[in-house]
Amino acid sequence: MLDTYRAIETPEGVELRLRAAGPVVRSLAWMIDLLIRGGVYIVLAIVLSKLGKFGWGLLLVGLFLIEWFYPVLFEVYRHGVTPGKRAMGLCVVNDDGTPVGWSASMIRNLLRYVDFLPVLYGFGLISMLLHPDFKRLGDIAAGTRVVYRDAKTKAAAIPAVPARPPHFTLNLEEQRAVINFAERSRELSPERMEELADIAFPNSENQRNSGISQLHATANWLLGKKN
Amino acid sequence: MKQQDFEMQHEALWQRMERLLTALDNQRKTKQSQPTGDMGAFPQYYRQICHHLALARERQYATYLIDRLDRLVLDGHQHLYQARGFFLSQTLRFIGGGFPALVRAEARLFWLSFALLYLPALLMGIALQYAPQMVYTMLDHHSLVSIEGMYNPGAAHIGRERQSDGDFLMFGYYIKNNIGISFQTFAGGLLYGLGSIFYLVYNGLILGTVAGHLTRIGYGTTFYPFVVGHGAFELTAIVLSGMAGLKMGLALLSPGNKTRLNALREAAQISIRIVYGVVGMLLIAAFLEAFWSSSQAIAPAVKYAVGALLWLSVAAYFLFMGRNRAA
Repeated sequence: MLDTYRAIETPEGVELRLRAAGPVVRSLAWMIDLLIRGGVYIVLAIVLSKLGKFGWGLLLVGLFLIEWFYPVLFEVYRHGVTPGKRAMGLCVVNDDGTPVGWSASMIRNLLRYVDFLPVLYGFGLISMLLHPDFKRLGDIAAGTRVVYRDAKTKAAAIPAVPARPPHFTLNLEEQRAVINFAERSRELSPERMEELADIAFPNSENQRNSGISQLHATANWLLGKKN
Repeated sequence: MKQQDFEMQHEALWQRMERLLTALDNQRKTKQSQPTGDMGAFPQYYRQICHHLALARERQYATYLIDRLDRLVLDGHQHLYQARGFFLSQTLRFIGGGFPALVRAEARLFWLSFALLYLPALLMGIALQYAPQMVYTMLDHHSLVSIEGMYNPGAAHIGRERQSDGDFLMFGYYIKNNIGISFQTFAGGLLYGLGSIFYLVYNGLILGTVAGHLTRIGYGTTFYPFVVGHGAFELTAIVLSGMAGLKMGLALLSPGNKTRLNALREAAQISIRIVYGVVGMLLIAAFLEAFWSSSQAIAPAVKYAVGALLWLSVAAYFLFMGRNRAA
């Protein structure tokens, strides 16, 4: 298990696994948001400047609102996801994995100002690098974290070999290894598969692929596939 | 149990849960409040799937299955345990007593923040009467000239020059500028309170410089009527945002019998509520400054009278509102 996983226990006694997002993806998400905000500023400026001084007044109010509240509104009303975060597959949640509310989101986004000091998120970056969950100062004070929203993992196709029980009992770890091997059969090159199968069946060198197909058959059996 | 049997047995339930989660998301978007279909079974499904996830992990089923159950549990968890707010009633209760009670609970920090803003202002104002050249320690010649121009009793306009349709422009300007400053004053508190102290003292010095200088050159007759009204809200709001920042700083410096982290988190929860109040006050201030303070049709005497009334109401609000509520 990678050490960016954080396990959070729910009241049901199940662990939720959250994967903390690091500074690089987060700054990319921030840049996307920055571009979007920039685009909105330009459109607003073009439209509102036609309204004379009243329009400029509106523009200033608009700038203020977007500058401070753009992330807050998205985080509260879109399950902790700003457009930039959506693009990078991230979201903000409370430390216990629940969705962020107004207070938490306001705290983390107003304190963004301190994270931005002295230049371009200097403090924020230092804080993220020192913190085990990559939290910037605003996240620490608000009790929030930025995590990956995992994309759906598809069931890996296992080669359709007739299921066959193994010759000897496998413990859980070994079963896991055999199934993983079968699931990854599309990603591995034939040579590498052979190499790995040779570890399991060291004596099958003269019969090419027999080790591989035996492992696949065992995996199918372990998964409970009916012939 | 073999994985594929397990999947076959529970697939129907998982799919129902997936449909429910999509329905919940849609419901949220359309603001529908009536439960539809088997929504009532949601907690039950959720607990069952939690159980399935635990089983799947224990039996070391394939990653895709565990990931799928993990997602279901995570999404279900987010829906089941989200805090639902009653926005309007909470806001009204906050204005009607929660906010002043919060400020009174931190009275000592309020006075500290108050002193950090007004003492430098007072000292600077007095010093300028005896050493006028000190004005250049805070302002350069260019800004000084523009400030003198704004409040020149002989000028056609007081405040920033504008026509009446410029009122709204200035409203926008005050919002962006003043609320921005107060957010910075608050956020600076995270640096062990230093940022808040800096902004309070700095704003105090600027205030003292402008007021002191304009008084000395005899422009007070235009300056004070202009600022007295909105000052009640604006200056108090700056003091309060400083106080909110200092509260966070203090939590870091002296966390008491909590860890620094927990102390900070708890302090931030309270501070942010003070900031909500501050935003409200600055909105009022910006409105007054743009549409009332700048109006020249109103005699200075009226402005002083209304200004005094506003100061008294602000003081009374923080002193007396929300006292009878059991905090």
